[in-house]
Amino acid sequence: MIQTLADLLVYDVFGISPESHWGSALNFFVYDSLKITVLLFLISVIMGIINAYFPIDRLRTYLTSRKFYGLEYFLASLFGAITPFCSCSSIPLFIGFVKGGIPLGVTFAFLITSPLVNEVAVAMFVGTFGWKITAVYVVSGIVMGMLGGFILGKMKLDRLLTPWVRQIQTQSQSEASKWESEKLPFLKRLPTIVAEAWGIVRGVFLYIIIGIAIGAGIHGFVPDEFFAQWMGKDNLFAVPVSVILAVPMYANAAGIVPIIQVFVTKGISIGTALAFMMAVVGLSLPEATMLKKVMTWRLIGIFFAVVAVIIIVLGYLFNWIL
Amino acid sequence: MEIKVLGTGCSSCKTLYDNVQEAVAQLGIDANVVKEEDLMKIMDYNVMSLPALVVDEKVVSKGKKLTVEQVKDLLK
Repeated sequence: MIQTLADLLVYDVFGISPESHWGSALNFFVYDSLKITVLLFLISVIMGIINAYFPIDRLRTYLTSRKFYGLEYFLASLFGAITPFCSCSSIPLFIGFVKGGIPLGVTFAFLITSPLVNEVAVAMFVGTFGWKITAVYVVSGIVMGMLGGFILGKMKLDRLLTPWVRQIQTQSQSEASKWESEKLPFLKRLPTIVAEAWGIVRGVFLYIIIGIAIGAGIHGFVPDEFFAQWMGKDNLFAVPVSVILAVPMYANAAGIVPIIQVFVTKGISIGTALAFMMAVVGLSLPEATMLKKVMTWRLIGIFFAVVAVIIIVLGYLFNWIL
Repeated sequence: MEIKVLGTGCSSCKTLYDNVQEAVAQLGIDANVVKEEDLMKIMDYNVMSLPALVVDEKVVSKGKKLTVEQVKDLLK
Protein backbone atom coordinates (compact mmCIF):
# COMPACT_ATOMS: atom_id res chain seq x y z
CA MET A 1 0.00 0.00 0.00
CA ILE A 2 2.77 2.40 0.95
CA GLN A 3 4.67 1.35 -2.16
CA THR A 4 1.63 2.20 -4.32
CA LEU A 5 1.43 5.58 -2.67
CA ALA A 6 5.14 6.23 -3.20
CA ASP A 7 4.85 5.15 -6.87
CA LEU A 8 1.87 7.41 -7.35
CA LEU A 9 3.57 10.39 -5.75
CA VAL A 10 6.92 10.11 -7.50
CA TYR A 11 5.99 8.78 -10.94
CA ASP A 12 2.59 10.38 -11.46
CA VAL A 13 2.46 13.52 -9.34
CA PHE A 14 6.10 14.56 -9.81
CA GLY A 15 6.19 12.96 -13.24
CA ILE A 16 9.64 11.39 -12.86
CA SER A 17 10.30 8.29 -14.91
CA PRO A 18 10.73 5.03 -12.91
CA GLU A 19 13.67 4.13 -15.16
CA SER A 20 15.67 7.23 -14.30
CA HIS A 21 18.31 7.13 -11.58
CA TRP A 22 16.64 9.98 -9.70
CA GLY A 23 13.22 8.40 -9.99
CA SER A 24 14.21 5.19 -8.25
CA ALA A 25 16.20 7.04 -5.60
CA LEU A 26 13.34 9.42 -4.87
CA ASN A 27 10.85 6.58 -4.86
CA PHE A 28 12.98 4.72 -2.32
CA PHE A 29 13.28 7.85 -0.21
CA VAL A 30 9.54 8.55 -0.23
CA TYR A 31 8.73 4.91 0.48
CA ASP A 32 11.13 4.71 3.41
CA SER A 33 9.99 7.99 4.96
CA LEU A 34 6.32 7.07 4.66
CA LYS A 35 6.83 3.58 6.05
CA ILE A 36 8.78 4.79 9.06
CA THR A 37 6.37 7.64 9.77
CA VAL A 38 3.39 5.28 9.75
CA LEU A 39 5.22 2.78 11.96
CA LEU A 40 6.30 5.48 14.39
CA PHE A 41 2.76 6.74 14.70
CA LEU A 42 1.35 3.25 15.34
CA ILE A 43 4.03 2.31 17.87
CA SER A 44 3.62 5.63 19.69
CA VAL A 45 -0.11 5.02 20.00
CA ILE A 46 0.49 1.53 21.41
CA MET A 47 3.07 2.85 23.88
CA GLY A 48 0.67 5.64 24.84
CA ILE A 49 -2.06 3.13 25.61
CA ILE A 50 0.28 0.99 27.72
CA ASN A 51 1.43 4.07 29.61
CA ALA A 52 -2.08 5.23 30.28
CA TYR A 53 -2.63 2.03 32.23
CA PHE A 54 0.78 1.54 33.84
CA PRO A 55 1.92 4.96 34.93
CA ILE A 56 5.32 5.34 36.47
CA ASP A 57 3.97 6.22 39.90
CA ARG A 58 2.31 2.85 40.04
CA LEU A 59 5.58 1.10 39.28
CA ARG A 60 7.33 2.93 42.08
CA THR A 61 4.71 1.97 44.60
CA TYR A 62 4.87 -1.58 43.31
CA LEU A 63 8.65 -1.80 43.50
CA THR A 64 8.83 -0.47 47.04
CA SER A 65 5.96 -2.46 48.45
CA ARG A 66 7.38 -5.96 48.21
CA LYS A 67 10.50 -8.07 47.95
CA PHE A 68 11.46 -9.46 44.57
CA TYR A 69 14.74 -11.31 45.07
CA GLY A 70 16.33 -9.95 41.90
CA LEU A 71 13.25 -9.68 39.74
CA GLU A 72 13.07 -5.95 40.49
CA TYR A 73 15.96 -5.34 38.09
CA PHE A 74 13.98 -6.94 35.32
CA LEU A 75 10.84 -4.98 36.19
CA ALA A 76 12.65 -1.64 36.38
CA SER A 77 14.35 -2.32 33.08
CA LEU A 78 11.11 -3.41 31.43
CA PHE A 79 9.34 -0.32 32.62
CA GLY A 80 12.26 1.76 31.38
CA ALA A 81 11.55 0.27 27.97
CA ILE A 82 7.84 1.02 27.87
CA THR A 83 7.85 4.48 29.38
CA PRO A 84 8.40 7.23 26.85
CA PHE A 85 11.81 8.73 27.27
CA CYS A 86 12.16 12.42 27.60
CA SER A 87 15.52 13.69 28.75
CA CYS A 88 13.73 16.32 30.85
CA SER A 89 12.10 13.59 32.92
CA SER A 90 15.10 11.39 33.59
CA ILE A 91 16.30 13.35 36.61
CA PRO A 92 12.89 13.68 38.30
CA LEU A 93 12.43 9.95 37.74
CA PHE A 94 15.81 9.20 39.24
CA ILE A 95 15.08 11.29 42.32
CA GLY A 96 11.56 9.94 42.56
CA PHE A 97 12.97 6.42 42.70
CA VAL A 98 15.61 7.32 45.26
CA LYS A 99 12.99 9.11 47.33
CA GLY A 100 10.78 6.07 47.30
CA GLY A 101 13.60 4.02 48.79
CA ILE A 102 14.31 2.00 45.64
CA PRO A 103 17.93 0.76 45.65
CA LEU A 104 20.40 2.62 43.45
CA GLY A 105 21.10 -0.42 41.29
CA VAL A 106 17.44 -0.86 40.41
CA THR A 107 17.21 2.85 39.62
CA PHE A 108 20.19 2.49 37.30
CA ALA A 109 18.50 -0.44 35.55
CA PHE A 110 15.65 1.91 34.70
CA LEU A 111 17.98 4.73 33.73
CA ILE A 112 19.98 2.57 31.32
CA THR A 113 17.05 1.04 29.44
CA SER A 114 14.85 4.11 29.30
CA PRO A 115 16.67 6.08 26.58
CA LEU A 116 17.74 2.94 24.68
CA VAL A 117 14.37 1.39 24.10
CA ASN A 118 11.78 3.98 23.16
CA GLU A 119 9.06 4.33 20.56
CA VAL A 120 11.26 6.26 18.14
CA ALA A 121 14.13 3.77 18.22
CA VAL A 122 11.78 0.79 17.91
CA ALA A 123 9.88 2.27 14.96
CA MET A 124 13.12 3.14 13.18
CA PHE A 125 14.50 -0.35 13.72
CA VAL A 126 11.38 -2.10 12.50
CA GLY A 127 11.26 0.18 9.47
CA THR A 128 14.89 -0.23 8.47
CA PHE A 129 16.11 -3.58 9.80
CA GLY A 130 12.93 -5.61 10.24
CA TRP A 131 11.42 -7.39 13.21
CA LYS A 132 14.22 -9.80 13.99
CA ILE A 133 16.93 -7.19 14.53
CA THR A 134 14.42 -5.02 16.40
CA ALA A 135 13.69 -7.87 18.79
CA VAL A 136 17.42 -8.39 19.32
CA TYR A 137 17.83 -4.69 20.02
CA VAL A 138 14.92 -4.46 22.46
CA VAL A 139 15.84 -7.63 24.36
CA SER A 140 19.48 -6.61 24.64
CA GLY A 141 18.44 -3.15 25.79
CA ILE A 142 16.48 -4.70 28.63
CA VAL A 143 19.21 -7.22 29.47
CA MET A 144 21.74 -4.43 29.47
CA GLY A 145 19.68 -2.43 31.96
CA MET A 146 19.38 -5.42 34.27
CA LEU A 147 23.03 -6.33 34.03
CA GLY A 148 24.28 -2.75 34.37
CA GLY A 149 21.92 -2.05 37.24
CA PHE A 150 22.97 -5.20 39.03
CA ILE A 151 26.70 -4.50 38.66
CA LEU A 152 26.34 -0.85 39.67
CA GLY A 153 24.17 -1.86 42.59
CA LYS A 154 26.84 -4.26 43.83
CA MET A 155 29.47 -1.53 43.69
CA LYS A 156 27.81 0.40 46.51
CA LEU A 157 28.04 3.80 44.93
CA ASP A 158 25.50 5.64 47.06
CA ARG A 159 28.18 7.81 48.64
CA LEU A 160 28.98 9.25 45.21
CA LEU A 161 25.59 10.86 44.82
CA THR A 162 25.43 14.62 45.27
CA PRO A 163 24.79 15.68 48.89
CA TRP A 164 21.20 16.79 48.44
CA VAL A 165 20.27 13.48 46.83
CA ARG A 166 22.01 11.68 49.70
CA GLN A 167 19.83 13.67 52.05
CA ILE A 168 16.68 12.70 50.17
CA GLN A 169 17.82 9.11 50.26
CA THR A 170 18.21 9.02 54.04
CA GLN A 171 14.77 10.53 54.42
CA SER A 172 13.26 8.14 51.95
CA GLN A 173 10.18 6.40 52.99
CA SER A 174 7.98 3.97 51.20
CA GLU A 175 5.27 6.45 50.69
CA ALA A 176 1.92 4.83 50.75
CA SER A 177 0.77 7.45 48.31
CA LYS A 178 -2.16 5.94 46.57
CA TRP A 179 -2.08 5.78 42.88
CA GLU A 180 -5.10 7.76 41.84
CA SER A 181 -6.52 5.94 38.90
CA GLU A 182 -8.05 8.09 36.26
CA LYS A 183 -11.56 6.93 35.86
CA LEU A 184 -11.85 8.13 32.30
CA PRO A 185 -13.14 5.49 29.92
CA PHE A 186 -10.77 4.28 27.24
CA LEU A 187 -12.56 5.93 24.33
CA LYS A 188 -12.33 9.32 26.00
CA ARG A 189 -8.63 8.92 26.55
CA LEU A 190 -7.82 7.75 23.05
CA PRO A 191 -7.92 11.21 21.40
CA THR A 192 -5.26 12.48 23.84
CA ILE A 193 -3.11 9.42 23.25
CA VAL A 194 -3.41 9.79 19.48
CA ALA A 195 -2.66 13.50 19.72
CA GLU A 196 0.45 12.79 21.77
CA ALA A 197 1.59 10.11 19.31
CA TRP A 198 1.13 12.60 16.50
CA GLY A 199 3.18 15.10 18.50
CA ILE A 200 6.04 12.57 18.70
CA VAL A 201 5.87 11.98 14.94
CA ARG A 202 5.90 15.70 14.24
CA GLY A 203 8.79 16.23 16.62
CA VAL A 204 11.14 13.77 14.92
CA PHE A 205 9.89 13.90 11.34
CA LEU A 206 12.61 16.28 10.26
CA TYR A 207 15.32 14.02 11.75
CA ILE A 208 13.92 11.01 9.94
CA ILE A 209 14.05 12.87 6.63
CA ILE A 210 17.57 14.17 7.26
CA GLY A 211 18.75 10.73 8.38
CA ILE A 212 17.34 9.00 5.33
CA ALA A 213 18.74 11.68 3.05
CA ILE A 214 22.24 11.41 4.55
CA GLY A 215 21.96 7.62 4.35
CA ALA A 216 21.03 7.87 0.68
CA GLY A 217 23.96 10.21 0.14
CA ILE A 218 26.45 7.85 1.76
CA HIS A 219 24.89 4.99 -0.15
CA GLY A 220 25.60 6.69 -3.44
CA PHE A 221 28.92 8.36 -2.87
CA VAL A 222 31.07 6.51 -0.35
CA PRO A 223 32.83 3.44 -1.77
CA ASP A 224 31.86 0.11 -0.26
CA GLU A 225 35.39 -0.90 0.67
CA PHE A 226 35.84 2.15 2.89
CA PHE A 227 33.65 0.95 5.76
CA ALA A 228 34.23 -2.74 5.28
CA GLN A 229 37.94 -2.17 5.66
CA TRP A 230 37.71 -0.17 8.87
CA MET A 231 34.68 -1.54 10.57
CA GLY A 232 34.19 -5.00 9.10
CA LYS A 233 33.87 -8.24 10.95
CA ASP A 234 37.57 -9.01 10.66
CA ASN A 235 38.70 -5.91 12.45
CA LEU A 236 38.81 -6.87 16.12
CA PHE A 237 38.89 -3.27 17.26
CA ALA A 238 35.79 -2.28 15.31
CA VAL A 239 33.40 -2.70 18.25
CA PRO A 240 35.30 -0.79 20.95
CA VAL A 241 36.32 1.95 18.52
CA SER A 242 32.73 2.53 17.38
CA VAL A 243 31.49 2.60 20.96
CA ILE A 244 34.14 5.11 22.02
CA LEU A 245 33.38 7.25 18.96
CA ALA A 246 29.68 7.09 19.72
CA VAL A 247 29.67 8.34 23.31
CA PRO A 248 30.35 12.02 22.58
CA MET A 249 27.91 11.89 19.70
CA TYR A 250 24.43 12.93 20.52
CA ALA A 251 22.03 11.91 17.85
CA ASN A 252 18.38 11.38 17.72
CA ALA A 253 17.49 7.72 17.15
CA ALA A 254 15.36 8.89 14.26
CA GLY A 255 18.29 10.39 12.46
CA ILE A 256 20.93 7.78 13.20
CA VAL A 257 19.19 4.51 12.26
CA PRO A 258 18.89 5.13 8.49
CA ILE A 259 22.58 6.06 8.44
CA ILE A 260 23.53 2.92 10.32
CA GLN A 261 21.50 0.84 7.91
CA VAL A 262 23.59 2.16 5.05
CA PHE A 263 26.74 1.31 7.02
CA VAL A 264 25.46 -2.24 7.30
CA THR A 265 24.78 -2.57 3.59
CA LYS A 266 28.30 -1.23 3.07
CA GLY A 267 29.81 -4.10 4.98
CA ILE A 268 29.87 -3.16 8.65
CA SER A 269 28.84 -6.16 10.68
CA ILE A 270 25.51 -5.94 12.46
CA GLY A 271 27.01 -6.36 15.94
CA THR A 272 29.28 -3.38 15.44
CA ALA A 273 26.36 -1.36 14.09
CA LEU A 274 24.13 -2.27 17.03
CA ALA A 275 26.86 -1.44 19.54
CA PHE A 276 27.40 1.91 17.85
CA MET A 277 23.68 2.64 17.92
CA MET A 278 23.34 1.71 21.59
CA ALA A 279 26.27 3.90 22.57
CA VAL A 280 24.94 6.86 20.58
CA VAL A 281 21.47 6.67 22.05
CA GLY A 282 22.22 5.33 25.52
CA LEU A 283 25.26 7.35 26.48
CA SER A 284 25.64 10.97 25.61
CA LEU A 285 27.39 14.05 26.92
CA PRO A 286 24.16 16.06 27.32
CA GLU A 287 22.83 13.24 29.48
CA ALA A 288 26.02 13.31 31.54
CA THR A 289 25.66 17.03 32.20
CA MET A 290 22.06 16.46 33.20
CA LEU A 291 23.07 13.70 35.61
CA LYS A 292 25.57 16.07 37.17
CA LYS A 293 22.72 17.46 39.23
CA VAL A 294 22.33 14.18 41.06
CA MET A 295 25.71 12.48 40.73
CA THR A 296 29.34 13.35 41.15
CA TRP A 297 31.55 13.17 38.04
CA ARG A 298 33.12 10.04 39.44
CA LEU A 299 29.79 8.26 39.62
CA ILE A 300 28.87 9.41 36.09
CA GLY A 301 32.24 8.09 34.92
CA ILE A 302 31.70 4.71 36.55
CA PHE A 303 28.16 4.54 35.19
CA PHE A 304 29.25 5.32 31.63
CA ALA A 305 32.21 2.95 31.83
CA VAL A 306 30.11 0.01 33.03
CA VAL A 307 27.48 0.58 30.33
CA ALA A 308 30.13 1.04 27.62
CA VAL A 309 31.81 -2.23 28.60
CA ILE A 310 28.49 -4.09 28.44
CA ILE A 311 27.77 -2.60 25.02
CA ILE A 312 31.19 -3.70 23.76
CA VAL A 313 30.65 -7.24 25.07
CA LEU A 314 27.21 -7.37 23.43
CA GLY A 315 28.70 -6.06 20.17
CA TYR A 316 31.22 -8.90 20.04
CA LEU A 317 28.49 -11.36 20.95
CA PHE A 318 26.23 -10.19 18.11
CA ASN A 319 29.08 -10.26 15.61
CA TRP A 320 29.67 -13.81 16.66
CA ILE A 321 26.13 -15.16 16.61
CA LEU A 322 24.20 -13.04 14.09
CA MET B 1 -5.19 31.46 42.17
CA GLU B 2 -1.57 30.40 42.19
CA ILE B 3 -0.51 28.32 39.20
CA LYS B 4 2.91 26.75 38.82
CA VAL B 5 4.33 25.00 35.80
CA LEU B 6 7.03 22.57 36.86
CA GLY B 7 9.68 21.83 34.28
CA THR B 8 13.41 21.84 33.78
CA GLY B 9 13.32 23.88 30.60
CA CYS B 10 12.61 21.32 27.90
CA SER B 11 10.40 22.21 24.97
CA SER B 12 7.25 20.51 26.29
CA CYS B 13 7.57 22.46 29.53
CA LYS B 14 7.70 25.73 27.61
CA THR B 15 4.69 24.72 25.53
CA LEU B 16 2.71 23.95 28.67
CA TYR B 17 3.67 27.28 30.21
CA ASP B 18 2.48 29.14 27.11
CA ASN B 19 -0.75 27.13 27.02
CA VAL B 20 -1.43 27.88 30.69
CA GLN B 21 -0.98 31.59 30.12
CA GLU B 22 -3.26 31.44 27.13
CA ALA B 23 -5.89 29.52 29.12
CA VAL B 24 -5.75 32.01 31.98
CA ALA B 25 -6.16 34.90 29.54
CA GLN B 26 -9.07 33.22 27.81
CA LEU B 27 -10.86 32.43 31.05
CA GLY B 28 -10.16 35.90 32.32
CA ILE B 29 -9.38 34.64 35.81
CA ASP B 30 -7.12 36.31 38.30
CA ALA B 31 -4.20 33.94 38.50
CA ASN B 32 -0.51 34.20 39.08
CA VAL B 33 1.35 31.89 36.67
CA VAL B 34 4.93 31.02 37.57
CA LYS B 35 7.45 28.68 36.06
CA GLU B 36 9.32 26.51 38.54
CA GLU B 37 12.63 25.36 37.15
CA ASP B 38 14.46 24.62 40.37
CA LEU B 39 14.79 20.88 40.50
CA MET B 40 14.94 20.69 44.27
CA LYS B 41 11.68 22.56 44.58
CA ILE B 42 10.08 20.50 41.82
CA MET B 43 10.93 17.31 43.70
CA ASP B 44 9.06 18.59 46.74
CA TYR B 45 5.88 18.04 44.77
CA ASN B 46 6.77 14.39 44.37
CA VAL B 47 6.29 14.31 40.62
CA MET B 48 8.28 11.96 38.43
CA SER B 49 7.23 12.99 34.98
CA LEU B 50 7.45 16.50 33.67
CA PRO B 51 6.00 18.92 32.79
CA ALA B 52 3.63 19.08 35.72
CA LEU B 53 0.96 21.58 36.61
CA VAL B 54 0.36 22.75 40.18
CA VAL B 55 -2.71 24.76 41.13
CA ASP B 56 -2.79 26.20 44.64
CA GLU B 57 -0.03 23.83 45.75
CA LYS B 58 -1.89 20.77 44.45
CA VAL B 59 -0.53 18.71 41.55
CA VAL B 60 -3.29 18.48 38.95
CA SER B 61 -1.37 17.07 36.00
CA LYS B 62 1.98 15.43 35.38
CA GLY B 63 3.90 14.26 32.34
CA LYS B 64 1.39 15.73 29.95
CA LYS B 65 1.75 18.48 27.43
CA LEU B 66 -1.76 19.80 27.97
CA THR B 67 -3.55 21.82 25.32
CA VAL B 68 -5.13 25.20 26.08
CA GLU B 69 -8.56 23.54 26.24
CA GLN B 70 -7.37 20.87 28.67
CA VAL B 71 -5.82 23.49 30.94
CA LYS B 72 -9.07 25.46 30.87
CA ASP B 73 -10.96 22.36 32.00
CA LEU B 74 -8.56 21.88 34.88
CA LEU B 75 -8.78 25.48 36.00
CA LYS B 76 -12.54 25.73 35.99
